[in-house]
Amino acid sequence: MITLGDYLIVSGILFSIGFAGVMLRRNLIVILMSLELMLNAANLSLVAFSRFRVDPSGLPNYNAQVFVFFVITVAAAEVAVGLAILVALFRARETTDVKDISRLKF
Amino acid sequence: MSPFLFWPFALLTLIFGAAVVINRNPVASALSLVVSFLGLSALFMSLDAFFVGIIQVLVYAGAVMVLFLFIIMLLNLRAEVGRRINWLASAGGIAVAIALLVQIFLVIDRFQPAAKAFPLLSRSPIDDVRNIGALLFSNYNLPFQIVGVLVLVATIGVVLLSKRELR
Amino acid sequence: MNSIVPWLILLAPLLSAVVITLFTRRWKQLSSAISIAAVLVSFVCSCLVFARETTAANQFTWINIGGTLNVPLALTLDHLSRMMAVLVSGIGALIHIYSLGYMRDDEGKSRYFAALSLFMFAMLGIVLANNFVMLFMFWELVGFTSYVLIGHWFYRNAAADAAKKAFITTRIGDFGFMIGILTIWMATGSVIFSEIAPRISTLTSHSTFLTAAALLIFCGAVGKSAQFPLHVWLPDAMEGPTPISALIHAATMVAAGVYMLVRVAFIVQASQTALLVVAWVGTITAAMAGLIATQQDDIKRILAYSTISQLGYMMMAVGLASNDAAMFHLFTHAFFKALLFLGGGSVIVALHHEQNIWKMGGLSRKLPITFATFAVGALALIGCPPFSGFFSKDAILALAYEHNSAIFAIALFTAFLTAFYVVRMLVIVFVGKPRSEIAREGRESPPVMTVPLIVLALPATLGGFAFFARNFLPLPIEKEVASFVPVFAILALIFGAALAIALYRNRASDPIDVELLRHKFYFDELYSWLIRWTQELLARISAFVDRWIIDAAAVGGSSRGTWGIGALLRLIQVGNLQAYVFLFGLGVVAIIYFAVFR
Repeated sequence: MITLGDYLIVSGILFSIGFAGVMLRRNLIVILMSLELMLNAANLSLVAFSRFRVDPSGLPNYNAQVFVFFVITVAAAEVAVGLAILVALFRARETTDVKDISRLKF
Repeated sequence: MSPFLFWPFALLTLIFGAAVVINRNPVASALSLVVSFLGLSALFMSLDAFFVGIIQVLVYAGAVMVLFLFIIMLLNLRAEVGRRINWLASAGGIAVAIALLVQIFLVIDRFQPAAKAFPLLSRSPIDDVRNIGALLFSNYNLPFQIVGVLVLVATIGVVLLSKRELR
Repeated sequence: MNSIVPWLILLAPLLSAVVITLFTRRWKQLSSAISIAAVLVSFVCSCLVFARETTAANQFTWINIGGTLNVPLALTLDHLSRMMAVLVSGIGALIHIYSLGYMRDDEGKSRYFAALSLFMFAMLGIVLANNFVMLFMFWELVGFTSYVLIGHWFYRNAAADAAKKAFITTRIGDFGFMIGILTIWMATGSVIFSEIAPRISTLTSHSTFLTAAALLIFCGAVGKSAQFPLHVWLPDAMEGPTPISALIHAATMVAAGVYMLVRVAFIVQASQTALLVVAWVGTITAAMAGLIATQQDDIKRILAYSTISQLGYMMMAVGLASNDAAMFHLFTHAFFKALLFLGGGSVIVALHHEQNIWKMGGLSRKLPITFATFAVGALALIGCPPFSGFFSKDAILALAYEHNSAIFAIALFTAFLTAFYVVRMLVIVFVGKPRSEIAREGRESPPVMTVPLIVLALPATLGGFAFFARNFLPLPIEKEVASFVPVFAILALIFGAALAIALYRNRASDPIDVELLRHKFYFDELYSWLIRWTQELLARISAFVDRWIIDAAAVGGSSRGTWGIGALLRLIQVGNLQAYVFLFGLGVVAIIYFAVFR
């Protein structure tokens, strides 16, 4: 029998994977993709809770799912803008390596 | 939800999620991410969230990942040639990720409702598009409109950012 | 009325010093007149007090802290202090008059007389003080005025150095003295002499404590009375004007140590060990100074070492538990030593401040009065009957014979040495042919200088006889057993004198040359080496602390530590995106830990 905890664990592992990807990969595109993973992990968590809470009407509590809807929308917009920036960056620096775009000296 | 459905799809999601991070080729990463999203969608379906599941496929796998692939092709990104790996930084990073994971496990462990099974629904959840839509247009109308504006702004922004020179 | 007169003894010189310092610095004659008037007032009052046998005077409370510390301003007026007051003010008056002649042409005459008045005030304070704190105050003041007077000609390096040396050396003794006073106060709860005396007898069971206290107090006497090992300042103090050497370093200040020990004899005599130490220190000092004096060529230095030697005799007497013998010798010594110094001063002035005895000679014809009085003093010093020194020294020798044969032997040897170097001095300076141009031209000093000499010669001659001295102080009792001691003393005297005459008659320079004695047993060299070694050690330690602890650890440590932490913190902001993410993650992990798991 699958419990709420199982879904949450999956969500957690997915989130950690995404976080590790943001920290460890140097390619900007991959970093952005890892970011998407993290968002999706959060989405999974939300939907699991939505199903867990059942209204008196007998249906799951859809408030969380509306939240997920917004998350997906905003994530899409964010990806679009992010990739646009990446393209602009690439045109300027000819590289997508995150180490090369830093000009700060120390 | 039958365990036979949950575990395969969960593992699919996780393994291909790991593949996103591990793969050197960005195209392979992107395609792994698509599969991961499909797995997620299946998980959503298993939670009776049909609308969200479809949206996940349509928007994420269908639009966002396509965009990613376009960009990868546009920039002609090759597989990363191995640069010197900073083992110390990598170790630190993995340590933090594992710490986070351990903490999440511990929190979930303490969380009492997590041990409970999902309650049964007395009504059929098949009509969730209507229900979500009703909620969206009544309680959450304002955020909905704002998100619309947001998308518009994003579009304009993208157009602006992609110009070769800003005149 | 009766109770003010004792205070006048003290206040007259103080007033004189204040007036001269504040108002009459410019008028030298006036200053000297004021000072002499003040000391004469003191003398007259002392005689009054002595004659009337006053025993009490007004008392003022100075400090009184709830009974635990009671320091009154009061005078102690027993037979001892009355006699000392007369002695000090009398000799002081004579020397004031003598100074008129000696310091006639001096630039700093006002300064000299102001300091001299202050000295009289302080010395009389020591004599009349009724408690330890008051005594100590005046003790220090006497040391200070001695410093001022030794360094009167301060533009001379030798004088300035000598003044410093005197002050510092006596200060070392005073440090022990102060601790001794505190110890006695702690043990008996009082600093007043009359209150301490009965309480000491209750403490006789704590013998080590009493010994320690007594020895600490003795430290003060060792410093002030120039005993071994703190004797090094007195010879150098001869850089001061000769009247000062006579007053301070022969008759009065150096005697203060002996007087103080006699005053608190109940403390010293409570411990047999302390008495033994005092006696031996005195003996060693007497012998050592006698040996050194045989090889000195400066007339004042010979007299200085002679003073140290005689003070050693007095300490010996104190250590042999006879205050009477010690005070008797102090009494006679004050007269004949002052006489000798003033006579020496007369010689020095007549020879235009020449002090080397090998440049003198045949002065008996040129300076007859000086010679006569000097001879009287010399004979008294060597203990030749019937002069005063014979009686007092004999008393001490008898005492030594009775109690301790070793001390007696050394004392007798010192008597021999005394005769030797004194006759040596007499022969070289006054007898024979003049050895230099200056000696040939010497002429007798003016009456203002020779009259005090004559006045002092009288007690030097008669002071030993019982009919005279009995009026002033209790005489030591002669025991039957020691009746042949005078014979030994006279034999030693004759032997020493004969040897000196034989060796030094008609000589142009010293036939004997003993390096060790000439260089005063190398004490000065030893002390300066010791001081240099200590200073170097302290300097090295300070350098170490400064270089390693303060500079490296504290200053360097804090600066380098800050720099290090800064360098470490700087890594947070290097522009590396993934470093930022890492830190972000670290922060999240920390927050979750503190929020959920604590």
